[in-house]
Amino acid sequence: MTVRIYVPRDAAALALGAEAVAETLHREIAGRGLDVKIVRNGSRGLHWLEPLVEVETPAGRVAYGPVSAADVAALLDAGLAEGRPHALCHGLTEEIPFLKGQTRLTFARCGVTDPLSLEDYRAHRGLTGLEKALAMDPADVVREVTDSGLRGRGGAGFPTGIKWKTVLDAAGPQKYIVCNADEGDSGTFADRMIMEGDPFVLVEGMTIAGLATGATKGYIYTRSEYPHAVKTMRNAIVAARAAGLLGPSILGSGRAFDMEVRVGAGAYVCGEETSLLNSLEGKRGVVRAKPPLPALQGFLGRPTVVNNVISLASVPIIMDRGAAYYRDFGMGRSRGTIPIQIAGNVRHAGLYETAFGLTLGQIVDTIGGGTASGRPVKAVQVGGPLGAYFPRALFDTPFDYEAFAAKDGLIGHAGITVFDDTADMLKQARFAMEFCAIESCGKCTPCRIGSTRGVETVDQIARGIEPEKNRDLLTDLCNTMKFGSLCALGGFTPYPVMSAMTHFPEDFRPTPMVEAAE
Amino acid sequence: MNVHATGGDVGKRSLSIIDALRELEGPLLPILHEIQAEFGHIPQESLPVIARELNLSRAEVHGVVTFYHDFRQQPAGRHVLKLCRAEACQSMGGDAVAERVKAMLGIDFHETTGDGAVTLEPVYCLGLCSCAPSAMLDGAVHGRLDPARAQALVEEARR
Repeated sequence: MTVRIYVPRDAAALALGAEAVAETLHREIAGRGLDVKIVRNGSRGLHWLEPLVEVETPAGRVAYGPVSAADVAALLDAGLAEGRPHALCHGLTEEIPFLKGQTRLTFARCGVTDPLSLEDYRAHRGLTGLEKALAMDPADVVREVTDSGLRGRGGAGFPTGIKWKTVLDAAGPQKYIVCNADEGDSGTFADRMIMEGDPFVLVEGMTIAGLATGATKGYIYTRSEYPHAVKTMRNAIVAARAAGLLGPSILGSGRAFDMEVRVGAGAYVCGEETSLLNSLEGKRGVVRAKPPLPALQGFLGRPTVVNNVISLASVPIIMDRGAAYYRDFGMGRSRGTIPIQIAGNVRHAGLYETAFGLTLGQIVDTIGGGTASGRPVKAVQVGGPLGAYFPRALFDTPFDYEAFAAKDGLIGHAGITVFDDTADMLKQARFAMEFCAIESCGKCTPCRIGSTRGVETVDQIARGIEPEKNRDLLTDLCNTMKFGSLCALGGFTPYPVMSAMTHFPEDFRPTPMVEAAE
Repeated sequence: MNVHATGGDVGKRSLSIIDALRELEGPLLPILHEIQAEFGHIPQESLPVIARELNLSRAEVHGVVTFYHDFRQQPAGRHVLKLCRAEACQSMGGDAVAERVKAMLGIDFHETTGDGAVTLEPVYCLGLCSCAPSAMLDGAVHGRLDPARAQALVEEARR
């Protein structure tokens, strides 16, 4: 019987040498005359073990990692094809604690299946959500999504069903589903993993969104920094069209939906929905004032759903299992699961999907295993470059939209970047302002000018020039940006700056420079 | 052998790219990406052609080209090395790797080596935050860089 060996094609695995591992494996298998089929899967999200090679055995899949090309021959000698022990063997993949502790709903198939095999997708409960949606009234589909409690996973946390309802009720000759896959936040990679590891779930989610709102055309707007995701997503769309899943008659229903991938051009601000829409239209990615809401006047001025990848990719399982199933996970007003991305200076980096409610300390210390450098954790930035820096003192904060807001932070797209005690928080505050200055679209003054003045003010503090006065000035500037900016770029840049200054005041009181005596 | 495209040639090739994409909704970004793939940058001569064909002003097209970091007004070196400068890579020593690479190449960010071999660019996140610091060399991704790996990458780019 043919043995299946899995070597991931996810960009994180490729960045760590997965391609060379696959090539060597091919060569060795041919040389040894083994009956093996190599499957290029997505990533399981255990990134510290990438490239993670898995072998299918009667007991389940057995994991080996991190595997380098140089290990392949020795692994085959030791009996890799039968799942035999080796120093790199971690036993059954599903039993690895990092994976076993998760609740994988949105990422159920990611790393398990061949991303571009529709057969594999169907065999793992794919398309059942879409089939149910096809048999329902659009308003009932919207109600199901509303009842699930799903909120926008891009960061804003707006209820997805309510947005869909607005578009469903809006009149227009043409409506659109726009998937925001412009995942520019440092510390996040969930969208990329779905697009590379389970692209059909996004196709299915967008198709359901189209059925629910009366939109017949979808766009995935993603990043030029994600060439692998672009390629996989485009291939998946071609395959879906060929199988009648997309096109004039979805699965023979007579109802139409089609979609395409569009690639941005390196502007962070295009992750903001109105700027994204301008970019999609071929304009400068400048933010639009709201109202009008994109739901009423979005792409080309027509009613448009703009949803994050993870929001849309969570819809198929909600339709498949029902709103109550999804809603039963989580806490407070944060329902369902959230794919937490653990990144930076951390031992067990990767993607951890779980119900809302774990504390930050559990995520960083227990699941993440502390820092990669072995030094104490100093700060964690939650929610990307616009998220606050949390000190250990706030590690009891539960992972929940409202709980983070109450501590002057945000969960954003659920990325967590860990820093050890060598981090200089004044430098991090300066970077936040610098990044805002580089990426500002230039439309509103607090963001455009404020970010540059912010960099200068932090520099003055660092040089010991009137530090007290400049700290007050920086606070005042942050308030102006927070309340006066048009979008989250200028509006949220104060979060990392103020949290660094509030929680790590010692880094903002450098010893004043002493003039050398003449 | 280097073949220098004449203005007329750029216009003609730009026009055929525009013709293939003009029916898209919001065709300008796809057109600019294709033009950059064709010429290695966005040649000045292509701007009036795009403006005329899409019924835009030259200023509007220029505005779009200059807004986005990806679009080059000058050709890059033979290889483009992008180093991630964002927070997750900072937390794993990305700054030290960047300094090392700059010193090895003898250039700063946004510059090209004198022999035209390598252009060095910053990038704000490659989505490889779980295997930081990361880099991209001509579209191929690399993670967990340390000074030794960074040196190997630079040597590869120099070849």
